[in-house]
Amino acid sequence: MSVDLSTQYLGLELKNPLVVSACSLGGKLDNLLRFEDAGAAAVVLPSLFEEQIEHDEMAIHNFYEFTSEKYPEALSFFPELGDYNTGAESYLRLVEEAKASLRIPVIGSLNGTSVGGWTDYARRIEGAGADALELNIYYVVTDPEMTATDVEERYLDLVHAVRESISIPLAVKIGAAFSALPNMARKFANAGADGLVLFNRFLQPDIDLESLRVHPHLVLSTSEELRLPLRWIAILRPQLEISLAATTGVHTAADVAKLLLAGADATMIASALYKHGPGHLTTLLDGLTAWLTEKEYESVDQMRGSLSQINAPDPDAFERANYIKTLIHFGDFGATT
Amino acid sequence: MERSLVTVDGNEAAAYIAHLANEVIAIYPITPASPMGELADAWSAAGRPNIFGTVPTVIEMQSEAGAAGAVHGALQTGALTTTFTASQGLLLMIPNMYKIAGELMPTVFHIAARTVATHALSIFCDHSDVMTVRMCGWAMLCSSDVQEVQDFALIAQAATLASRVPFLHFFDGFRTSHEVNKIEQLTPDDVRAMIDLEWVRAHRSRALTPDRPAIRGTAQNPDVFFQAREACNPFYSAVPELLKQTMDRFADLFGRRYDLFEYVGPPDADRVVVLMGSACGTVEETIEALAAAGEKVGMVKVRLFRPFVAERFVAALPKTVRAIAVLDRTKEPGALGEPLYQDVLTALIHAWSGAGERGPLPRVIGGRYGLSSKEFTPAMVKAVFDELKQPQPKNPFTVGIVDDVTHLSLSYDPSFSTEREDVVRAIFYGLGSDGTVGANKNSVKIIGENTPLHAQGYFVYDSKKSGSITISHLRFGPRPIRSSYLISRANFVACHQFHFVDRLEMLAAAEPGATFLLNSPYGPDEVWDRLPVEVQEQLISKRIRFYVVDAVKVAQESGLGGRINTVMQTCFFALANILPREQAIAEIKDAIKKTYGKRGETVLKRNFQAVDAALAALHEVNVPETVTATHRRVGVQIDVDDDFVKRVTARMIEGQGDLLPVSDLPVDGTFPTGTTRFEKRSIALEIPIWDPKICIQCGLCALVCPHATIRSKIYDPAVLSNAPEGFLSRPYTGKEHPGMAMTIQVAPDDCTGCGICVDVCPAVSKEVAKHKAINMTPKDEALLERERPCWDFFRTIPEVDRSVVKIETVKGSQLLQPLFEFSGACAGCGETPYIKLMTQLFGDRLVIANATGCSSIYGGNLPTTPYSQDPQGRGPTWANSLFEDNAEFGLGMRLSLDAQYEYAARLVEALAGELGDVLVRGLLESPQETEAEIAEQRARVAELRRRLAEIDRPEARQLVTVADCLVRKSVWIVGGDGWAYDIGFGGLDHVLASGRDVNILVLDTEVYSNTGGQASKATPRAAVAKFAANGKAIGKKDLGMIAVDYGNVYVAQVAMGAQPLQTIKAFQEAESYRGTSLILAYSHCIAHGIDMTTAMNHQKEAMTSGYWPLFRYDPRTGGEGQRPFKLDSRKPTLPFKEFAMKEARYAMLTRTNPEHAERLLGLAQKDIDERWRFYEQMAGVERSVPDLLQEFRA
Repeated sequence: MSVDLSTQYLGLELKNPLVVSACSLGGKLDNLLRFEDAGAAAVVLPSLFEEQIEHDEMAIHNFYEFTSEKYPEALSFFPELGDYNTGAESYLRLVEEAKASLRIPVIGSLNGTSVGGWTDYARRIEGAGADALELNIYYVVTDPEMTATDVEERYLDLVHAVRESISIPLAVKIGAAFSALPNMARKFANAGADGLVLFNRFLQPDIDLESLRVHPHLVLSTSEELRLPLRWIAILRPQLEISLAATTGVHTAADVAKLLLAGADATMIASALYKHGPGHLTTLLDGLTAWLTEKEYESVDQMRGSLSQINAPDPDAFERANYIKTLIHFGDFGATT
Repeated sequence: MERSLVTVDGNEAAAYIAHLANEVIAIYPITPASPMGELADAWSAAGRPNIFGTVPTVIEMQSEAGAAGAVHGALQTGALTTTFTASQGLLLMIPNMYKIAGELMPTVFHIAARTVATHALSIFCDHSDVMTVRMCGWAMLCSSDVQEVQDFALIAQAATLASRVPFLHFFDGFRTSHEVNKIEQLTPDDVRAMIDLEWVRAHRSRALTPDRPAIRGTAQNPDVFFQAREACNPFYSAVPELLKQTMDRFADLFGRRYDLFEYVGPPDADRVVVLMGSACGTVEETIEALAAAGEKVGMVKVRLFRPFVAERFVAALPKTVRAIAVLDRTKEPGALGEPLYQDVLTALIHAWSGAGERGPLPRVIGGRYGLSSKEFTPAMVKAVFDELKQPQPKNPFTVGIVDDVTHLSLSYDPSFSTEREDVVRAIFYGLGSDGTVGANKNSVKIIGENTPLHAQGYFVYDSKKSGSITISHLRFGPRPIRSSYLISRANFVACHQFHFVDRLEMLAAAEPGATFLLNSPYGPDEVWDRLPVEVQEQLISKRIRFYVVDAVKVAQESGLGGRINTVMQTCFFALANILPREQAIAEIKDAIKKTYGKRGETVLKRNFQAVDAALAALHEVNVPETVTATHRRVGVQIDVDDDFVKRVTARMIEGQGDLLPVSDLPVDGTFPTGTTRFEKRSIALEIPIWDPKICIQCGLCALVCPHATIRSKIYDPAVLSNAPEGFLSRPYTGKEHPGMAMTIQVAPDDCTGCGICVDVCPAVSKEVAKHKAINMTPKDEALLERERPCWDFFRTIPEVDRSVVKIETVKGSQLLQPLFEFSGACAGCGETPYIKLMTQLFGDRLVIANATGCSSIYGGNLPTTPYSQDPQGRGPTWANSLFEDNAEFGLGMRLSLDAQYEYAARLVEALAGELGDVLVRGLLESPQETEAEIAEQRARVAELRRRLAEIDRPEARQLVTVADCLVRKSVWIVGGDGWAYDIGFGGLDHVLASGRDVNILVLDTEVYSNTGGQASKATPRAAVAKFAANGKAIGKKDLGMIAVDYGNVYVAQVAMGAQPLQTIKAFQEAESYRGTSLILAYSHCIAHGIDMTTAMNHQKEAMTSGYWPLFRYDPRTGGEGQRPFKLDSRKPTLPFKEFAMKEARYAMLTRTNPEHAERLLGLAQKDIDERWRFYEQMAGVERSVPDLLQEFRA
C-alpha cells in the first residue's frame, strides 16, 4: 500500500512535506535542480536582503567616487564596467530561472529594511514568477525606549503592506521571541499572512578568544533544536487556519514525522543539506514513508496534527517550560468511599 | 543622423575619431594622453564598432617604443592603426616614426603635448615633445581647442590616407586634452563620408602579404640610400594641397572651415603674433579687446607645422604687417630661436628673396611662453603686442615669468582682462575626495547639452595623492568659450571645504558683487565669527553675496557620507541662475541618473534625496559692515634658518610659485631635501593617540605608518624635565637600553588619518576590548593644542645611537630615525612603509635611483620633498631619470661610486707613508658590515681629512674630493611594477646580470598606480584593471624566479604586513650582499579597491592564501648540499577566493560577469597551487653559486 505524502502549504499543493529552507545553497540553479531530483516538494530561495543591496551599491559607488578626480595623472583607478549587477536583478533572474527550470513551487524570500523596499521588492519577486513569498522578518531591538508593542506594530504594518501589494501567497518567517506568540500569530494571520514559518534561526555572535573580537557566524542546527518549533506548532495548530511550516532542526525522517504529528504543513530543511548534500532529501522521504507504512498511516494528511496540543493525550506537556516531577494524581479515584 | 552637441574633453574628442577610424590601437599609458587609450579600450571592451563594422583591437604594450613597434607592424600588414602618447612616450617612438614615414605608411598619432623632462619632470603642457620629433618626416597638425581636436583628428586621418604621409595630430596636454567643452559631435556616417574607401583599399594593397611577396626594411648602401631617400619628395609636396582639399571637403560637409594657416584680426593690422595650440583662443580674445580699443593687431594660427608651407604662411599675413612676434611653447637652448620662429624667418626670407615686389621685411621677434602649462593670459598677449610697438623689441623674449637673470621676460599688467560680463565665471575649491570635480564636469554637461549656452570646465589638481585640493574653473556664456587660461575674475566662488577659508586665498579671485558659497558647519548666524580677517575683508569690500550650506550634514543625512558634491552642485545652480531652479534640479537628477545609474537605485535615491534637501539648507548670510575677526589666515611657518626654504619653498607652499623670479630657482634642478615638514597640511580628521599604559613597545605602528607620522624614540628620562604638558612617556622594556624611557608620538599636522597603525596594534586593553595602545581620536583644537608642542618636543629628543640598536628587530628598527617623512602619498599607501624602512636602515649612506611613477611623485614632486636628513646632515640623496631606464641609472651611480672608491683607495695607498699603516689598513680593509663598523669608518675618514689638510701633495688635494667614497654607499634602485616588469625590464634584467652591488626595490602594486591603474605584467590573473576590464586572462610574471635563475642575485619576496621581521631581514640581507639584490615588496594600493585601514592586516591573507608567498634566495647560503632558496611562508591554508573577495579588483568581476569570473578565479587558484608546488620544490633544490663576486669587490 502506498502512502500519500502530499500536503498543502500556503494553498500550494506539495507532493510531500519536504521544503528546502531559505539558505545559500538555493542560490544556485544547479543545486535547486538537484533538490528537486532528490524529492524536494518546494524550495524557498535564499533571502533577498535589501540592506545588502544598499550596502553593495554604495560600496561600488564609493569605490569609484572616492578614488576619482583626485590627482591629475589618475582621474580614476578602475575601469567602468558594463553592469555591476547590483540591486535585485540577479535575484530576480534566479527566481525566473528557477521557475523556468523547476516543476515544484518556488518561494521567494525577502528581508527588507524600509517599508518602500519591502513592498517594492515583494512586487518584483512576484513579477519574476515566484509561487509564494516568504517574509524574513527580524529586528534586533537595542533601543530601550522601544516597546514590544512598537515592534509588533511595526511587524504587522509590514505584513499588511506587503499583503496589499502582492497577490501570491504570503508566509511570514518569525523568531520565537514574542511574549505572547499565539496572539501575535493570530495578528499575523489577520494582517494577511497565509502561513507562518517557525522559527527563524538567526546568525548569532560569537567571541574569538584569540583575537578578542566578535565573530557572528552560522552554526548548523541539530535535531534537538526542533523542539522549539515542535512546541509552538502543536500549540498554534488548533488556533490557526493558516499554514504552519517548521524550520530549524529538521535532520531525520523522525524529525519530520514529529513535526507533522505536531501539526506542521511543511517541514523545512537546510542544515542537513549542508551536512549530507541534496541526496539527503531522498533519505528523509524514504524514512518518512517507511515510518508511515510501519505505523499504517494512509497519508500525511491523516497524521498531520494528530499530536497537536488539542489532540495530544497530555496537552499540558506542550506548556511545561521547566522540569518538574510528574504530578501524580493520588486522589480522584471517584466516589469509592 | 542629427549631430549632437556634447561636452567632452580633448582626449575623448580625439579618441572618438581614432576609435571609429582604426582597426588596431597599440598604446601605453602616459599622462596626459592615458585617457585616450583607456577610452578606446573601454569602447572596444563594450563592443563599440568602428566605421568598418569591426571592433578595434586595443592592446597595451610594455612601453611606447613597443606601442610604436606594434603600430609599425600592423601598418605593414595593412590594418588601419593608431596610437596615443605624449612627452617621453613620443620620444621613445622616434625610431619607428622615422621608419613609418620612410615607408610612407598612413597613420595618425594623437598627441596630448607635454613637457619633456629636463631639469625636472613635468606632466604639464608645452611643445617640447612634438618639436623634438619634427624631423621624423611626419606631417604635424595642431588643434587649438576641443572642437578642433575632433575635427582635426578626422581631417588628419583622411589626409594621411590621401597622402600616405603619416600625421602627428597634437593638442595641448591638460589645457585641451582635459578641458571639457561643448562641441558638435560628428557621427560615424560623417567619419565614413570623410574616409574614402579607395584610399583604404590602396593602403591594403601596399600591405606585405605572402600572396604578393615583397620586402621592406632593407639595408641600403651608399650607392642608393640617398636617392631613395629623395624619392619620397613628391608625397611631401602634395601634403599641403591634399590637406587643404580635405579641410575644404570637411567644411562643405560640416560647415567648419579650416586652413593651413589662419589669420585672425583686421586686414590692416600692423602687428601680428604667430603661434599654435590652445593659446590661440586667448590671443584671439585679446585681439578683439585690443581692436575695440583701436589697436590694429592680428594673429596667424599655425595649423600645419610640417610640412611648413612658406608661401601659404606669407599669404596669410596681412600686407600691412610691420612687426611679427612668433610664440613658441618650447625651449631649444643654444638655438638661434625656437622652431616656429626659425621657420617663420625662413619662410619670410624665402618669400622676400623670391620674385615679385614686396614692401620692407617685417621685423620678427621670437618668444617663449607657457612652458609646463605656465599661465598665458590676455595680459601677457597684450604685453607681446605692446613689445612689438617698441623701437627695439626684445628678441628673444619670454612672457609669463620674471626673468631677472638674463632679463628676457616682458613685463605685463596683470589687471588687464578680457573677460566679458555676460559670461558666468565660477571657481570651486574642493578636495579630491569630495567629488567637486566630478560634479562640476556634470554641471558643464548639463548646461552645455541642455541650454544654448556654451560651457567650459578646466580643473587644477595639486600634486598630492592624499588630501589633494582641486580647483575647478567653469565658464558659461553665449559665445564659444576660447579662454584658455584660468579664471582670475570670478563672479561665483564656492568653497566646498570649510577649513580652506583659513588656508587658501580664495576670494582674491572674486570680483565685486560676486557670489560666495561656503560649505559650512556653522549656520548663517554663526559663520561670520568663524571667518578669518582676510575673508571678512573681501566679503565687505567687494560687496559679495554670501551663502552657507551645511553640505556635510545634508550628505550624511542622505546616506552619502562625506560626499557633498550633489549638494554643492544644487546650490550652485540655485545661485548662479543659469537655468530656472526647477529645470536645474530636474537636469541635475537626470545627470545623476546618467552618471550613477549603473551603480544601482540606492545610489540614485540617496543622491536625489541630497539634491532635494540641499536648497532647504542653503542660507544667505548678512554680511556686517565691519571686520570683526581676530584670527588671520594660516601662513607657512618655517622654523629653520634656511634662506632658500624661506625665500622659495615657503612661497611655493603658499601657492605663490608663479611669482618667483628666475634667479630664485636652481639652475640645474638641484633642490634641498627634507622640506615636507614645512608643509603642515593637517588633513586628518582623526589622529592616533598613544596609551602608554598598555603599549607593549612592539614598534609595529611606526613600522607600517606610510607617512612617518607615528614615531618611537628611547631616551634618557632626564630629558623629560623640559617636556610640555601632556607629553607621554613610559620606561623602555628592552634590556639593551636599561633605564631608558620611551615615547610613541604622532605628528598631528602631518598624519593623514589612515588608521593603519591602530589596525595593526596588537595591544588591547583588558577592560575595554576596543581600546588599544594607540587609538584614533578626533582631531579637535584642544587635541592639536596638546599634541603640537609634544611633537615639537619629541623632535628635539636626541636620536638613538645607531650602532647600539638591535636593528634586526621590528622594535629596534623603529627606533631609527625615518629619513622619509610626510610624503604626499595616498593615505594608507602600501609602498611608502618600505621606503621609510629603507631610510631607517641605510638612510645616512643611501643613494636612490627612482623610476618615474608614484614613488617619484610622492618622493620628488615639488613644492616639498620627503627625503630628509639626520642630525649630522646626512640622508638619502635621490634622483629620478626616466621611467624606462631606472635600473641602468642606478647601476651608473654604483659604477661611479665604485670608480671613485677605487681612485680614493689608490690615493690612500699613494699617501700611505704620510697616513700611516693603521689608518690606511683600517680605511681599506674595514668590512663596513655593521652600523658600528660604518661609524668607525666614518671616524677614520674624518681622521683622514684632518691628516690630509696637513699634507701638501696633489694626491692629498685630490683625495679630499673623493674621501667620502671610502664610506660604503648603499645604492637602491626603486620603482614600481610598471617599470620593473614592463618598460624597464630589459634594463633591469641587464643590471641583474651585472653582478654589481646594487639593491633593487620593486614596489609591486600589480598595476600602474600613478597613471590610474592600468594592467602591467605584474597584474595577476582574474584581476580587473584598465586594459584588463574582463579580468586579466593570463597570470602574473614571476619576476622573482627570473632573477633567482641567475643564481648570483639575492632575491626576496616580502610583504611587510604579513611578516614584518622577514621584510626587515630581507632588506638587511640584500644590502649586505655585495652583488645584485632584488626585493619584490607587496604593496597594497587604492587601485585594488580595498579597505586601506586594514590593508596591512590584509597582507597576511595575501600570504596565507599563497597569493603572495614569501621567500628569500641568498646566493651566500648556497654550496655543496645547501639549499639557498628559503620559503618564509607556510603552505597556503586560505582559499584564494576568500582573499580575493575582499578586493574590488577581483570581486567586481564576479558581479559583472560571474561565470567568467568563476573560471578565472579557478585558474588563479591553480596558478597559486602550481606556484606553491614549484616553490616547494625549489626550496628543496641544492644549488652551488660559483662566487663570481670577488672580482667585483672593490
